[in-house]
Parts: sequence; structure tokens; C-alpha cells
Amino acid sequence: MKSLTRVLQQKKDNGNKLFIPYIMAGANGLERLAHEIEMLAESGASAIELGVPFSDPVADGPVIQLAGIHSRERGTTLKKIIAFLKEFNSPIPLILMGYFNSFLHYGLEGLVEDLSSTDVKGVIIPDLPYEHREMFLDPAKESDIAFIQLVTLTSSDERIDQLVSEAEGFIYAVTINGTTGINRDYQDNLYQHLQKITEKSPIPVLAGFGVSKPEHVQIFNNYCDGVIIGSCIVQSLAQNGIDETQELIETLFA
Amino acid sequence: MYQQPDNKGFYGEFGGQFVPETLMYAVKELTQTYEEAKKDPEFQETLDYYLKQYVGRETPLYYADNLTKHLGGAKIYLKREDLNHTGAHKINNAIGQVLLAKRMGKNKIVAETGAGQHGVATATAAALFGMECIIFMGEVDVKRQELNVFRMELLGAKVESVVSGSRTLKDAVNEALRYWVATVEDTHYVLGSALGPHPFPEIVRDFQSVIGTEAKQQYLEVEGKLPEVALACVGGGSNSIGLFYPFINDKDVRLIGVEAAGKGLDTEEHAASITKGDVGVLHGSKMHLLQDDDGQVLEAFSISAGLDYPGIGPEHSHLYTSGRAEYKTITDEEALEGFHLLSRTEGIIPALESSHAIAYAMKLAKEMSPEESILICLSGRGDKDVQQIKERMAQE
Repeated sequence: MKSLTRVLQQKKDNGNKLFIPYIMAGANGLERLAHEIEMLAESGASAIELGVPFSDPVADGPVIQLAGIHSRERGTTLKKIIAFLKEFNSPIPLILMGYFNSFLHYGLEGLVEDLSSTDVKGVIIPDLPYEHREMFLDPAKESDIAFIQLVTLTSSDERIDQLVSEAEGFIYAVTINGTTGINRDYQDNLYQHLQKITEKSPIPVLAGFGVSKPEHVQIFNNYCDGVIIGSCIVQSLAQNGIDETQELIETLFA
Repeated sequence: MYQQPDNKGFYGEFGGQFVPETLMYAVKELTQTYEEAKKDPEFQETLDYYLKQYVGRETPLYYADNLTKHLGGAKIYLKREDLNHTGAHKINNAIGQVLLAKRMGKNKIVAETGAGQHGVATATAAALFGMECIIFMGEVDVKRQELNVFRMELLGAKVESVVSGSRTLKDAVNEALRYWVATVEDTHYVLGSALGPHPFPEIVRDFQSVIGTEAKQQYLEVEGKLPEVALACVGGGSNSIGLFYPFINDKDVRLIGVEAAGKGLDTEEHAASITKGDVGVLHGSKMHLLQDDDGQVLEAFSISAGLDYPGIGPEHSHLYTSGRAEYKTITDEEALEGFHLLSRTEGIIPALESSHAIAYAMKLAKEMSPEESILICLSGRGDKDVQQIKERMAQE
């Protein structure tokens, strides 16, 4: 079992709900990233998703797109992110979230090797589906890096069985048909869908996409093992800074 | 015997289905629907009916005598896709895909467009079959292809101007994909080039291969042999794969794709994905891509909005790496020479896209003998480009 799966499972077994924030690496400068990670760890995060900026982020909505543009404008590259992570001791596990071309271009074997000397314990690649999973799984086989699968509202029952049976780290349960972002309406059948995934999955299930209000957190925690919060934290870090974002997180979990 | 793609949608190492999980349901549904439609004589009859009675097929294979004499060398034949309804080859695929959407019970269509020809074709097919239609188009292209925007609106489509990124085709594809993710249950994405996740490159190739199939038959009737060269412009690569595909097993026929070199290959303003790019993944497919050292996709540039895309269809990547097809480049200036030459010698105003193929033939014909022939896909007519050319000529 990969260490990310073990850490999250232990928290769950101890009766804790999980919280994984997403932030865009370098959106506010790589020099501030360490403080952002430390704040999120203090705020009760179980792990942190670090976004890798990409020119064509088709799974993301306007807030994360803009953060990616800011990050690239500040000169952030995958190489610089990894160089930063090699020097940084994270208090909690990190998960790299990026588009496949970034990783492919870096070189998948080199990526796994380089990440193995950091606190990155998982990757999320939204445009690398189950059908092509071996492209990452093969080079990552001997490593401690979990390949995290997304399950969506359009995933059939049969497909959910496939996705959860081989999943590592946690299941990322996408709550809407659409891109990441704030202020989304949820479909009526969502909660039944989440419950189904949670019942089938041997590892923790976290709900993500559009989670931005305390009532979202409460209701998703009833159906899943925790939540992933991205756009509203990304927006707050850009507009309000670290301290106010910490306060925002406190209100979300109050 | 050439048989591509494989059962995972790869052409050699290129292709695949690199899309978010939400869309996997749609690409699998489309794969199954297309597999069934391919074998269904009723579907093929319906498609043939509309291609003949509505689109105006078959299109002529025209021997360009004046151009041939002017260039002095190989005979030039033009496959006249510009004579299709709506003025370009794009309608072949749009009709086919809207019929597939109908078969899947979907009544809404989303598409992206660069030059506007695919947008017009899709809006036309959507109007014909009574479907709602939304077209994403980069803000830059909305301005340079004003006439086509108006045509789409007349046809009842909603045109969304995209202001992100380079505001051209690449960004229009991003927005169309985002829209599709949110509406996937009742909307079909009519992809306009031989790009995107499997099965799109295969579907577009098959619907466009009517170009090569007709041209081959027509050429055999006239010359009693096959042409020495089949030549077409390449952006995403739909008209070229449509021309090439029926000739792939005919090893003596040189297949030549012409990429847009824009302001020159030594500048950063071009769209030569094979010549200057390297292998990457974008918009659902592994292919040759213009990208920087960090794997960020670069903005492409061409005078021709339809060639202004940083990638190329995966089958072209495969034909290139396997050595079956060659890929050359033509600059904006050279394409303009081709544009003017065909207009003046033959009375045919070509699209700027097709002008790239004409311009390369201007170089190649001289190196060949009068017994040999170049078969060119004249993918579209130039009405849409005349305003842009007029403004450019006024500045000079």
C-alpha cells in the first residue's frame, strides 16, 4: 500500500473527516509557496494538491486558469517546482496535479525518480484516463507515488468498479459535469452517486469541484470521507493573502 | 495492408483518448455508435444521399491547363472541394457527424472553428437537421473572418467569441471542450479536423476520404494510372488525410502535406507542427505539437486562420514518422503568390489554406516531367479571405 493511502486511511479510521486543498504552485510566487503549504497544514489539511500551470487547462474553470496564467507569468515551470520541493520539507503529503503533456515532456521516468526525493506522494492527471493509466503506472510501479483516479457523474457502475478496484491514494469524486469552479448547482442524483462510490471503494473517497461553502462541506462529509477545495482557496490566496485565507478555511469547517 | 488506428485509437504511437473522465462516456458512446453506423447500409445511404443532393458531390477533378503551362512541368489537377455547398470540404464531415449525433439521440451541437469554414458547415448541418448549435471562435478569428461569423448567425447558430490565450483556434478548442464537459449528456461535439480523442480522427478521416476516393477514380478515368503526387495543405489535417487515405497503400504515389510556415521557420510565427514541433499531448491526442522547453503549448501563426493550430492530426504524425508521407512548408508570402497565381491563371480564387498547396506545387511542378501529375486538394474557396487580402494589398 502506498503511504498516501495509508495516511488517509488511518485518519479516516480514527474518525476524522479528510480535507485536501488545491493551490496553484507559483501563482503567488514560488517564494510564498512554503508559507501557503504551512498555513494549509496548520488549518487541518490531510494532504495538499499542488497545481502545475499549463497553457491549455481544459478541465479547469476561470479561477484556476487565471492562477495558472499568473504562475507562468512569474516564470514557474515544472522543473522549478520540483527543484523547490527537493529543498522543502512538507509537514503533510503533497500531490502534484497537472496535465499529461507537462509530465510527458519532463519525462515520466525522470519525473518519478525526481519526485521520489520530495514529499510528493501522489499525482492527479485529469487528462490521463483509466484506459492509458499504464503510461504513468509502469514507470511509477516501484515508487511510493499514488496515481489518483477521478470518478465522475458520467462513470457507469461497471466503470466505477474498475476505477475503485485499482485505485491508490484516494478516489477523487467529481461532483459536477463541468470544469473546476465556484458557485455550481449540483444534480439531484449526486448524493446517491457519492454514496454508491463510497460503498464500493476500499480507500477514502473525497468530493471535489465547486466545493466553496460550509453547507457543501457538511453535506459532502455525510456522503464521503472528505472534501477537496480548490478555486475558492486559490482565489482567496491571490486576492486576500495567507492569513485571510486561513480564516476563510476556518469558516468553511466551522 | 495499412490498418490504423488500433483498438485503443492509436496510429503507431500517436492518438489515444487523453480526455477528462467526464468525457470518456461520450467518446466511448461515439466509438460504439460509429462502429455500428459504419456497418449500417441505411446510415451510409442517408449520408450518400445528402452528400450528393445537398452538398453537390461528386466534385470535379479539374485539369488546370493554364496553370500547368504557366509552371512548365508536371500536370496539375485540382480536386474541387471549393465547389461543395458552403464552399469547402468541411461540409463532408459536418453532415456525417450531425447524422451520428442524431443516431445517438443528441439534439445539441457544439463546435469550434478557426477560419469559420467548419463553423459554417456545422451550423449548416445543424440547421438542416433542426439542431441547436453553438460555435466557439477565437476573438482574432471573429475579426478576420467577419463574413463567416455572420453566415453562422444567419444559419441560426450562436457564435461565442473566445478571449483567452492567443484568441485563435487552439483556445476555441479549449472552450468548446469545456462547454462539452458541462453538457455532455445531450450535446455532440462536431470536431472539425482529424484531431482530438479517438474516435474523432478516424471519423473525420473516413468522412473526408470521399475526397481521395473520388479523386482516385476520376484520375484513373482520365489518365489511366495513378498520379505521381497527392498534395494538400495541413493545419489539423482533415482535407489532407481525406485525400491521402485512399492512396496510402499505393506506394508509388508521393503524399505531401504542406504546413504553414507563416512569417518563416526561423521566426516564432508559424504553424509548422511536424517540421518544428515535437511529440506531445493536446486536446485528447498524442501528436506533433509546437511547445516550449516546459511542455507549454505555443501559439501558432499563419495568415490563414484555418491552418493556425499548434498541433497536427495523429495519423499525420504516424504517416510522417513511418515515412509514408512527406511534410513541407510554405510561408505567408509564398501562399499569397499561390493565391494570386491561381486566381489569374484559372479564374479560381482559392482559400488561403489551399493557397499553401498551390504554392508548393509551384515549386514542385518545375522539378517534374510533363508526363507526371500533381493532384492537389483545393480544399475551399477564397471568398472568406478576400477582405483580408484587400486590406493587406492596400497596406503594401
